[in-house]
Amino acid sequence: MAMHRGRGFASINYPIGMNLGGDPSQALVHSNPDGKFTVALSSIDLGQGMKSVTRQIAAETLGIPVADVYVDTADSDTGPHCMGSFASRGTHRVGNAVIQAAQEARAVMLEAAAEELEVDASDLVTDGRGNIHVKGAPSRSITTMAACQAAQFKQGRTVSGRGIFLIPLSEVDPDTGEMTPVSCFAHAAMLVEVEVDDETGEVSVLDMQSAYELGRALNPKLVEQQLIGGAWMGMSHVLWETTEPYYPDRSHGPVDFNHYLMPGPGDLAPHHISVLERPAPDGPFGGKGPGEMCANPVLPAVANAVYDAVGVRIDDLPITPEKVLRGIRANGGARPKMRLPRAR
Amino acid sequence: MAKKPVTFTLNGSDRAAFAEEGLNLLEFLRRGIGDLSPKYGCGQGACGACTVIIDGETHLACLTMADAVHGRKVETASGLANGKVHPLQEAFMEYFAAQCGYCTPGMLMSAKVLLDRNPSPTRADVIEAISGNLCRCTGYEPIIDAILATANMRARA
Ligand code: FES
Ligand code: FES
Repeated sequence: MAMHRGRGFASINYPIGMNLGGDPSQALVHSNPDGKFTVALSSIDLGQGMKSVTRQIAAETLGIPVADVYVDTADSDTGPHCMGSFASRGTHRVGNAVIQAAQEARAVMLEAAAEELEVDASDLVTDGRGNIHVKGAPSRSITTMAACQAAQFKQGRTVSGRGIFLIPLSEVDPDTGEMTPVSCFAHAAMLVEVEVDDETGEVSVLDMQSAYELGRALNPKLVEQQLIGGAWMGMSHVLWETTEPYYPDRSHGPVDFNHYLMPGPGDLAPHHISVLERPAPDGPFGGKGPGEMCANPVLPAVANAVYDAVGVRIDDLPITPEKVLRGIRANGGARPKMRLPRAR
Repeated sequence: MAKKPVTFTLNGSDRAAFAEEGLNLLEFLRRGIGDLSPKYGCGQGACGACTVIIDGETHLACLTMADAVHGRKVETASGLANGKVHPLQEAFMEYFAAQCGYCTPGMLMSAKVLLDRNPSPTRADVIEAISGNLCRCTGYEPIIDAILATANMRARA
């Protein structure tokens, strides 16, 4: 009876968005009388950071401080339409819609400022700190607040903008089967090291090394946060979680947290992450988004590592001790593929 | 059903309210008192989202009877910020230790009791302290880091 170490590798291409009848998202941007801006979306923030990222995108496009933007995702019944927060589509689809809406609103804001300063709107620039001034003449300026107030109280304009981003439905060519379901892919590669106990069948993940390519990381800390949490969830899917332990037999299914297994803080593996940024040509400021992809490579990599460690090829998840032991028994014992130096 | 008067302190202020017999502390705090910081995750003691502090110890509010806090001191996450955010809250922000945030109030309570008792915990101590708190989003690592950072910051201050 022994512990066996194994390494497994996996790499993935992950599509951003989906192709079900077209994939649109809308955004509406408007200024309030205090010169701050509201971005209305129906794209819900589940904790992935949708509000933070769209706020940054709106502020950058409008040319105003992030603090002056409020993102309202309160109600998907009354807000502008969005397909939803799934399919790793949020940053890409919603971000593009926000850019379009913010550009339109910015143009009105500059027209309002131009009228107040008696100059041409095309000569105006924003400083990102709440001021609009004549290019090359910072002293001929007006605050964004004063410009928005003038628009509303003197000029009778709405400083507002509409945005939509649509990836149209791609029909399958009936002759060739060809289609273009998505406009860009994110990528990941992962190497994991596991230890398998051939007496209990238990698998522990010892180490994860990963590289993710996800366009420009619009908020690097949020990206890192998603990658860490997502990989944990991938580890949980591959070794612990299931609602159907004996599928298609429904028995022994978990009904609460006492039976639905997940790794806790004591079951973590060190995770070394490299983020590669290759801005996507059609992404908002080059962003694609980590999305679901942060969990995915862990599953095949661990399955490959278990095979490497004890020679058991498991193709249904999760990889439970029971399945590992049955596999070892069927093979007449553990068959380690490779000896790793006992370093570390 | 019979109602019992319960008087206790919540985050330092005196409180008095009636609790129906058999009511649990989580429902009592959320509906009776209006403190929404303890969260309902499972209602059966498995997730830690409802963790509160009673007389300096962590308790699961969903498994505690409301009248059990009569005459005692209760602390919840909503009382952590006292004029300004608590160092633990600061560190949770700094280390991106919350995503959806549902586990956060419970995590903060478990972390506070740990640091009150043991100002310089090891990583293993932190893991032990939060082992009753489930988190779906963060992978725990940022939470552990935030708690350790709070301890380090205090040690240096
Ligand atoms: S709600 Fe109390 S432990 Fe889950
Ligand atoms: S942040 Fe979502 S459960 Fe912990």
